[in-house]
Amino acid sequence: MVWDAAKEMMDKEELRREQLPLLQQTIRNVYENVPFYRELFDREGVHPDDLQTLEDVQKFPFTTKDALRDNYPYGLFARPMKDIVRLHASSGTTGKPIVVGYTQNDIDMWSNLIARLATMAGVSQDDVAQICFSYGLFTGGFGLHYGLEKAGATVVPASVGNTEKQIMLIQDFDVNVLVCTPTYALYLSEVANDMGLDPRKLSLRVGMFGGEPWTENMRTQIEERLGIVATDNYGLSEIVGPGVAGECQSRAGLHINEDHFLVEVIDPETGEVLPDGEEGELVFTSLTKEAFPIIRYRTKDISVLNRDACSCGRTGARMRKVTGRTDDMLIIGGVNVFPSQIESVLMEIPEVAPHYLIVVDKKKAFLDDLEVHVELNREKFTGSFRDLEAVEKKISRKLANVLTVSPRVKLVEPKSLERSTGKAKRVIDKRKTV
Amino acid sequence: MKVKQISVFLENKSGRLAEVTRALGDNDINIRALSIADTTDFGILRLIVNKPEEANQVLRDEGFMVSETEVIAVDVPDRPGGLADVLDTLGKVNVNIEYLYAFIGQTSQDALVVFRVEDCDAAMKALKEKNIRVLDGSEVYAL
Repeated sequence: MVWDAAKEMMDKEELRREQLPLLQQTIRNVYENVPFYRELFDREGVHPDDLQTLEDVQKFPFTTKDALRDNYPYGLFARPMKDIVRLHASSGTTGKPIVVGYTQNDIDMWSNLIARLATMAGVSQDDVAQICFSYGLFTGGFGLHYGLEKAGATVVPASVGNTEKQIMLIQDFDVNVLVCTPTYALYLSEVANDMGLDPRKLSLRVGMFGGEPWTENMRTQIEERLGIVATDNYGLSEIVGPGVAGECQSRAGLHINEDHFLVEVIDPETGEVLPDGEEGELVFTSLTKEAFPIIRYRTKDISVLNRDACSCGRTGARMRKVTGRTDDMLIIGGVNVFPSQIESVLMEIPEVAPHYLIVVDKKKAFLDDLEVHVELNREKFTGSFRDLEAVEKKISRKLANVLTVSPRVKLVEPKSLERSTGKAKRVIDKRKTV
Repeated sequence: MKVKQISVFLENKSGRLAEVTRALGDNDINIRALSIADTTDFGILRLIVNKPEEANQVLRDEGFMVSETEVIAVDVPDRPGGLADVLDTLGKVNVNIEYLYAFIGQTSQDALVVFRVEDCDAAMKALKEKNIRVLDGSEVYAL
């Protein structure tokens, strides 16, 4: 099944003909309505009139996360607040989030994109979908909620937490579509086992997973443990949230919704656009967004584009599953964590040195486990247990506030963490072997 | 009257305690009493030695995180209820005990208990009024 065959199976040339006026309109829109872009374009010596072909987009500068942060909260909005009907936000590296806005048209467009993904994954009005993403500023919960409703599925907005109850709902409501992070799907299978249930015998049939990178091995594990077909979907709040791309049942790359987002892959070092088939950083330009249009956004996600025909009949470009990034961002249970956030917290605490090591593992039944090893400042050592415990608690509390996930803190001796003359090794991610 | 105690932060990894004691031994420093309190991740080693200043310097030079704390050493009659009497005395004047550890000296008939309290002076005054002997630092180092 295809949700919107006219768009998703459009002829390639026809798609390009449709993209150009949308791109021109978006570039003009940001130039006229977003002072940041006007200044940026003027400084770079480009003008909306310079855009005559799709390839001309390469004359325009990239947008980075810094620009989003510097314009907190509403600086990049192209519409007045009276037109904005929803705000979402993602975590920022300094504790200030990145805020994105939607007009009613944006919300409708977004729902449609999710309906496409749901249909691709094999979800229809006959299905009951349980959404185990948090409902809040994070785009995952509400984004998938409205789209799955649009696709006609019965939605169970279970949100996160209380996994035993989630399993009870799956059983009682005959839920057959599970929507969450891949990590949570594995955890859920463990909890079901602990409850004496065979997770394969639950009513689940399909999983729509996103919010974090995951490997093919992890897909195999999830499929075996839960007895489902596991599909991946991709998105980020800066672009729209989930709904940028998703997998069909042939699972040979994620179909990008190209009629709404212009995609490029660049060399992360030089910024040069790479041909299809070459690995690089994904860059997206929104073509239809009203409230928060974005030009050439550098995602830092590493992927490869493929425009060969897919057996499902959809014609757009497909991106390889994202498994790596150009920066050091970690995704812990769906939440973005930057080592620099941890460093800036430690800098404010006199009892410790700003030397740290982040150890990520899947300990408690596949859930991401974040441990931060922190070096003590020898000058502040009082010899008191209580003081050390107070320091440990203070670090935990401050990190949890900034990161929105709670790491475990392990205090270590001064100078015990490895020093390096080059780029410091700050992260040990043991999950990569899963 | 107070006794100098050396506290050393130790990560829970094998060989760390041996390194401390070896460093002290190599520098001819004798341990009079010790105690270790620990969590899963780290421990604090507390030491009473014959030469506290020297020990402090030696361990610092070896890269250990060290601090010096004042504690009081109390002669506790080695009989049932001996420690209880001392604790009652401190309790009555509201002196809170952070931790304590005991050892038995070679020459004394009594047990020696090392107290780390919030208010050393109040503790010593109360003990003296009850005729409980508080040892001098030099006495303890020389035991």
